[in-house]
Amino acid sequence: MATLDVRGISKTFRTPDGPVTVIDRLTIRAAAGEFVAIIGPSGSGKSTLFNIIAGLETPDSGAVVIDGVDVTGQRGQVAYMPQRDALLPWRSVIENAVLATIVQRGDVAAARREARALLDDFGLTGWGDARPAMLSGGMRQRAALLRTVLWHRPIMLLDEPFGALDALTRAQLQQWLLGLRDRLDQTILLVTHDIDEALLLADRVYVLTPRPARVALEMAVNLPRPRSYAVVADPAFARLKLRLQQVLMEGVGYP
Amino acid sequence: MQSEQAQRIAQAASSRRKSSGVQQHIAQFLPPFALLSALVMAWELMVRQLALPAWLLPPPSRILSTLVSNLPVLGEHVAATLTVTAPGFGLALVSGFALGVLIDASPLLRRAVYPLLVTSQTIPIVAIAPLLVVGFGFGMLPKVLVVALVTFFPIVVNTADGLQAADRDQRRLLEAMGANYWQLLRLLRLPAALPSIFTGIKVAVTYSIIGAVLAEWIGANAGLGVYIARSLRAFRTDQVFVAALVTSLLTIGLFTLVTLLERWIISWRDES
Repeated sequence: MATLDVRGISKTFRTPDGPVTVIDRLTIRAAAGEFVAIIGPSGSGKSTLFNIIAGLETPDSGAVVIDGVDVTGQRGQVAYMPQRDALLPWRSVIENAVLATIVQRGDVAAARREARALLDDFGLTGWGDARPAMLSGGMRQRAALLRTVLWHRPIMLLDEPFGALDALTRAQLQQWLLGLRDRLDQTILLVTHDIDEALLLADRVYVLTPRPARVALEMAVNLPRPRSYAVVADPAFARLKLRLQQVLMEGVGYP
Repeated sequence: MQSEQAQRIAQAASSRRKSSGVQQHIAQFLPPFALLSALVMAWELMVRQLALPAWLLPPPSRILSTLVSNLPVLGEHVAATLTVTAPGFGLALVSGFALGVLIDASPLLRRAVYPLLVTSQTIPIVAIAPLLVVGFGFGMLPKVLVVALVTFFPIVVNTADGLQAADRDQRRLLEAMGANYWQLLRLLRLPAALPSIFTGIKVAVTYSIIGAVLAEWIGANAGLGVYIARSLRAFRTDQVFVAALVTSLLTIGLFTLVTLLERWIISWRDES
């Protein structure tokens, strides 16, 4: 387990229409083993933030710190699941799952054994040797998540992992992730635009402002664990949801 | 989740049944085969009706009988042509692929080489081939080079273009894993480029036999090109048609071989 500190990150892109500041002095923190959700309007720089944490882009100022060590701009420090599953169509589920081990020249045979052992937990029993094209949308997301878990990093970034799925499949996967999460001792950072999803899964929620992204609200989700989808009927859930909704609406200009 | 799995298994099984339909294949080949038969029959009837001399336009039946009687001689010429085609095409494949990877790796090289490559394709090969024969004599080398020259271009261009085709998300994922240039190439960009590379190989393979025949026609002592040149001098138009038929069949054969190879290597494309 590890603590993630994003300290005062700013990022400005040069565009033909002049500079656009996407992130402005953003500070967020995820304690060891904590599940943190980040909600923001579309185009609020959530993906840029993840790219910076994953080391794919460097911030103009600020630092990404893991367990007190500055890792700004370094790749391979956190496990990262992109918005679409990004499974390689020519590799089987298992071979996709061990990709990080191959890139980092680890013990691939051991990783394959581990992937096989986890197929049941990920609802992929019997599909280990199937190519992604044979899988349904929900199964593809679970395969991508298996790949993220087998990356073996104490911090996982999930970029709208269920955004492209239909409502029923999304609800099933959220429920499944809740169960899985209790067995994984990883720090998880989830980007979503789904308030219910954030409240159902997270220990703490950050709401970002529209571009440039700043923290509009930081809120602890004090709902009992273990949770299930039934938590939506909890009056406390409704209060938290209303509060988040208000902040989001204010942010985009509806007083 | 279990019912979902069962459904997927059933779907996968039914898609396999569909794709192996023999009827589909027959339906696919029947129309062109019927049209071709009709055209050949019309040709035969026309030649007989107009009583055209065989040196002007031989009937298909004559071409067929010439093919059969010339089979032993043709075999030697075909062997000679393939002996030129194979190394020429192999040379184009290796050097074209290598240059495609280099062009992709260096934007400067791309800007420098690309216009020259395109320009080189505008120079007629019938002008270059005699120069090569003058330069390198009547041995194998000039003919191998002609085949390489006509097949090189589609392989370079499709390799260079295909390497740019990798999905952006997949690329970012591998970069986030810390993949270096070679790992990106091996794990993502080359497999993603394979469909495009095979398109290039298929275009190239259709030029390869024709390139070899052309080179032999200009200067050689064996091969289909030599057979054509000799037949023309002897006014054996039927033999020219036989050579055209054999060239075409060889090209179709090579094309089919590459297509089968493609399906075997890029098997993941048939599964979706």
